[in-house]
Amino acid sequence: MNEAREKILHFIEKNSRVDLHELAVILGMEEAAVANEIANMEKEEIICGYHTMINWEKTNNEKVTALIEVRVTPQRGQGFDNIAERIYNYPEVQSVYLISGGYDLLVTIDGKTLREVSQFVSDKLSTLESVLSTATYFILKKYKDHGTVMSRKKEDERMLVTP
Amino acid sequence: MRDPLNKKIKNVEPSGIRKFFDIVSEMKDAISLGVGEPDFDTPWHIRDEGIYSLERGRTFYTSNSGLMELREEICRYLKRRQGISYSPAKETLVTVGGSEAIDLAFRAMLDPGDEVLIPQPSYVSYLPCAYMADGVPVIIQLKAENEFKLTKEELEAAITPKTKILVLPFPNNPTGAIMTKEELLPIAEVVREHDLFVLSDEIYSELTYGHTHTSIASLPGMQERTILINGFSKSHAMTGWRLGYACGPEAIISQMLKLHQFAIMCAPTNSQYAAVSALRNGDGDVQNMREAYDQRRRFLMHRFQEMGLECFEPFGAFYVFPSIQEFGMTSDEFATKLLEAEKVAVVPGTAFGACGEGFLRISYAYSLEDLKVALDRIDHFITRLREQKDRKNV
Repeated sequence: MNEAREKILHFIEKNSRVDLHELAVILGMEEAAVANEIANMEKEEIICGYHTMINWEKTNNEKVTALIEVRVTPQRGQGFDNIAERIYNYPEVQSVYLISGGYDLLVTIDGKTLREVSQFVSDKLSTLESVLSTATYFILKKYKDHGTVMSRKKEDERMLVTP
Repeated sequence: MRDPLNKKIKNVEPSGIRKFFDIVSEMKDAISLGVGEPDFDTPWHIRDEGIYSLERGRTFYTSNSGLMELREEICRYLKRRQGISYSPAKETLVTVGGSEAIDLAFRAMLDPGDEVLIPQPSYVSYLPCAYMADGVPVIIQLKAENEFKLTKEELEAAITPKTKILVLPFPNNPTGAIMTKEELLPIAEVVREHDLFVLSDEIYSELTYGHTHTSIASLPGMQERTILINGFSKSHAMTGWRLGYACGPEAIISQMLKLHQFAIMCAPTNSQYAAVSALRNGDGDVQNMREAYDQRRRFLMHRFQEMGLECFEPFGAFYVFPSIQEFGMTSDEFATKLLEAEKVAVVPGTAFGACGEGFLRISYAYSLEDLKVALDRIDHFITRLREQKDRKNV
């Protein structure tokens, strides 16, 4: 990957709302060049979306997140891709990773209540024919997500003026 | 009662920054761009190593020169970054910050009456330290038109038969100026010709943008006449750990070690263990911080351009040094009024020497968000000043 792309990605990964003109200034590039690179990376699906980090715990919105370890039988000719797709197509599934180690797929899922999540596991996930077993872990608290520490505003403790 | 005080020490002026600090501290909601230390936390693996050393009960003195392990890492680092070879056993001394090393070097090298050339604007401690070590500070006033770099002519004009040490403070606090290899070569030539020594304060050596730092010690015939001073405060965001070092000829380092041994014993042990991790595993952190500073630097330079505020482009440290001469005020007046009107604290250039008059030191050791707010306020302030000036002229 070229250096310009790398610089852009590193910056917008943490701050996708930056204004284009400002981004160009900060990176020391031409505005048109930055716009071009971003457009191309969107086309190439290097940039897959612009999302918002939300700490749902601070809202009234009730939400439950669970991690589910899934053991599956890979299918001939398809490996894990087919079963992964059948899982990730459910909109409540937030992520699906193929994992090395004691199980195969790590699935994260968001639901409104414990019951909703349990139902998804027992009704939808476990009943898929290649799924051998599941283990569900409910998340009690998110300390850090996507490289961002939740709910900690750090005060500047430096002295105001120093040589 | 007798005067309990030493006359020499009584004569030393307290740092000019102190006065400004007192004013700013009174103001509760001021935004400060006046800080001379990184805004980043020390990278976690370094802090973790410090904690681990405490858990392991490493709470004893180290050898006076510092942990051998650390001195070896320092020498490896200087070899890989600057191409200079020092002996960890004989030519390296770990100190309590770069500041201690500056003080030790002067005290170890100066006889009464020896002259020390101090280019200004520069860090506040060279002059008092040289004076307290019985040296005679001689100031070289650097010029904005030279982008505050030291020229061969300026150096030659300041040399007398009593000149012994040249202080070389680059990358520079407060101007952000750096000196490239090509610019150092003629300086080195003069130093050799006049049989001088160099105290090279390279504490900001990792923070250069678009250029890599060259140490004067790496130039031909210069290692034997240079005390290279560096540390972890700026490169690894470790100011509070108080850890620096000096490298130089054995004859000088061994005398500095005597002073250090009797006054300090050794640098803090847990800081030293943390610093080993900084040098072994910290290159990526330094790179990330450098990139973040560079982004802010470009942002500031762009805003100054938009405001029409005159400022040469600095390529080092984390300061910009814009000129405020168009407003017909002293740096002190400008900084005070800016603080009163817009609650933004900057440091008057004069805190770093009389030739800083007409300039401000603005630190970009702040997040882009903070810088934006502060720069909007500065913009507002100078727009009003210009309007007032125009009205008077009508």
